[in-house]
Amino acid sequence: MYAQLVETGSKKLKTLEEMSPEERAFQERIDAEIKIEAKNWMPDSYRKTLIRQISQHAHSEIVGMLPEGNWVTRAPTLKRKLQLMAKIQDEAGHGLYLYSAMETLGADRDEEIEKLHSGRAKYSSIFNYPTLNWADMGAVGWLVDGAAIVNQVPLQRTSYGPYARAMVRVCKEESFHQRQGYEILLHMMRHGTEAQKEMVQDAINRLWWPALMMFGPSDEHSPNSAQSMAWKIKRHTNDELRQRFIDQTIPQLNVLGCTVPDPDLKWNEETGHYEFGDIQWEEFNRVIQGHGPCNTERLETRRNAIEIGAWVREAAVAHAHKKQQKQAVA
Amino acid sequence: MSQWTLFEVFIRSKHGLNHKHVGSVHAVDAEMAIENARELYTRRNEGVSIWVTPSASITATASDEKEALFDPSEDKVYRHASFYELPDEVGHM
Amino acid sequence: MQKYDELTEFLLRMGDSALVQAQRLCEWTGKAPALEEELALMNVGLDLVGQARNWLDYAAERIGDGHDADSLAYRRDERHFRNLLMVEQPNGDFAVTMLKQFFFDAWQYPMLTQLSKAKDERVAAIATKSLKEVTYHLRRSSEWVERLGDGTEESHQRMVKAIDALWRFSYEFVELSTQEQSLSEAHTIGDISSVATKWQAMVNDVFARATLTVPDAAQPFYLASRDGVHSEHLGFLLAEMQYLQRAHPNASW
Repeated sequence: MYAQLVETGSKKLKTLEEMSPEERAFQERIDAEIKIEAKNWMPDSYRKTLIRQISQHAHSEIVGMLPEGNWVTRAPTLKRKLQLMAKIQDEAGHGLYLYSAMETLGADRDEEIEKLHSGRAKYSSIFNYPTLNWADMGAVGWLVDGAAIVNQVPLQRTSYGPYARAMVRVCKEESFHQRQGYEILLHMMRHGTEAQKEMVQDAINRLWWPALMMFGPSDEHSPNSAQSMAWKIKRHTNDELRQRFIDQTIPQLNVLGCTVPDPDLKWNEETGHYEFGDIQWEEFNRVIQGHGPCNTERLETRRNAIEIGAWVREAAVAHAHKKQQKQAVA
Repeated sequence: MSQWTLFEVFIRSKHGLNHKHVGSVHAVDAEMAIENARELYTRRNEGVSIWVTPSASITATASDEKEALFDPSEDKVYRHASFYELPDEVGHM
Repeated sequence: MQKYDELTEFLLRMGDSALVQAQRLCEWTGKAPALEEELALMNVGLDLVGQARNWLDYAAERIGDGHDADSLAYRRDERHFRNLLMVEQPNGDFAVTMLKQFFFDAWQYPMLTQLSKAKDERVAAIATKSLKEVTYHLRRSSEWVERLGDGTEESHQRMVKAIDALWRFSYEFVELSTQEQSLSEAHTIGDISSVATKWQAMVNDVFARATLTVPDAAQPFYLASRDGVHSEHLGFLLAEMQYLQRAHPNASW
């Protein structure tokens, strides 16, 4: 979900018979749940798909700092400020864990970031929506991090070792993010004023559908899913994960005493799942293509940070060289 | 090309344990790499000691060497204590 | 302007300075010149908000009247803030930000070292905990000042400009009020009479390594943060920071 629509370069799966001996050994290793490590042989398309997926995931963590950065200077108490700062800091950290995993595949972090800045790489659609009131900090933690966790928990078993290990770290650290968000909302609902309760419902109304879109298009419109599943880069389909998220979230919503903006939402006794209304995929596609409410400013902020900061990084390199030379002389 | 160098990071999580590889950081020199590693990998008291080394200075075994390097030790069972059977009356050894 | 007792005023100075410095660091979120710096700046910010909370908690207890750290942080006007003028200055570029951080760290370090020996146990405990954090802050900020001063022609020029913009507020690092002197002489807060010379020595040393020139001592003007007379910037900083508490006075967060 932090990686939506990852291109795998193949719309049709090869059978074991159609594979080269190397490919076949590789696939058998994956089928046997043996992790692929950096130095192992891997098909070029596997490597490229992983680089795309991990970098998308990393970019999402980094861009994801911005909607929260919008409120960190306005957090209402010192405790809330500390919590939000720690969460934002974790996100930068998670971005770095992921870039680090990506670099084991031979990709260069700066080059991949340049792809993000020039619009050639994607990041999660959710971060192109604005955060308009303080309750958004709660709703982002609860819904957005909640959706992220549903997606990331199975990724701890993904076939590529460095990615799986980064996910283990991320999941462990992220467990507090969702609770932190939910607690913000619960506190406002139970102890807040009418205005605060309205903020909470307003935040849920705006973020609900974009959160569901985070899991990516429905299975029949995910041409790359089959290959990613065969490679065990992905362990569940988009629709499976989306359903899991809805099923676990609605009871939490009821505890809050809030609603979601979906008149078709209802419990299905027979299937044991919630049914829900149609997702506006046209909107999702627009946002992914760069036309969401905040795409321009999010990318501009990231681009500026790195471009305007170039002199700082250069100065650090120059100073390190001078220091090295001095040490060499001495 | 990256302007900053890639360093691999190893952390000793507790006194008495080995340093363990945890990932990498970018930095201009080893000092900065230690600091960046501290910020990134020890935000929750995960470490008591950090090693960094430029990634380029690490030499690794190639995957196709696995059989030659590691399989021969598979049948050297006499290197493991459980290979040697002792009568019960000897007790723990 | 209302003034509290000497120790409370001093606690507010420590707490408000840490808080305002942290607020400025928060403004960097998502905008730092390297991803590694995002983490580093936020780490310093987290430490400082934690310190601010400890100082303000203690101040609030002494003031009583239903105050707590949050009400002091979020419900006072700028005229009641006691933070150093330096920390409220706008972030500017990374040179200005790092120089501000360094000036502040170089002041906090000798200050906290002395405070950790205070007779007042609460002061000593807060200072001891904070000192560990600030030792690392100072190491990082002095390294950055050195890197930027000595790095490239451009970074050097930016540091020169940053010094020009900030040095004028440095007089507050080297002066003690009569109230602080009396606290210091009574050892309530430890002997802080040497903070000024230690601050100056640290600046001299780091500037020398950074190939930067130390200007002549800055002359005070009527801006005096101990009396709540601040630069124009603090009002805007607080308007942003205090917005929710001010807009929803009866809310609980």
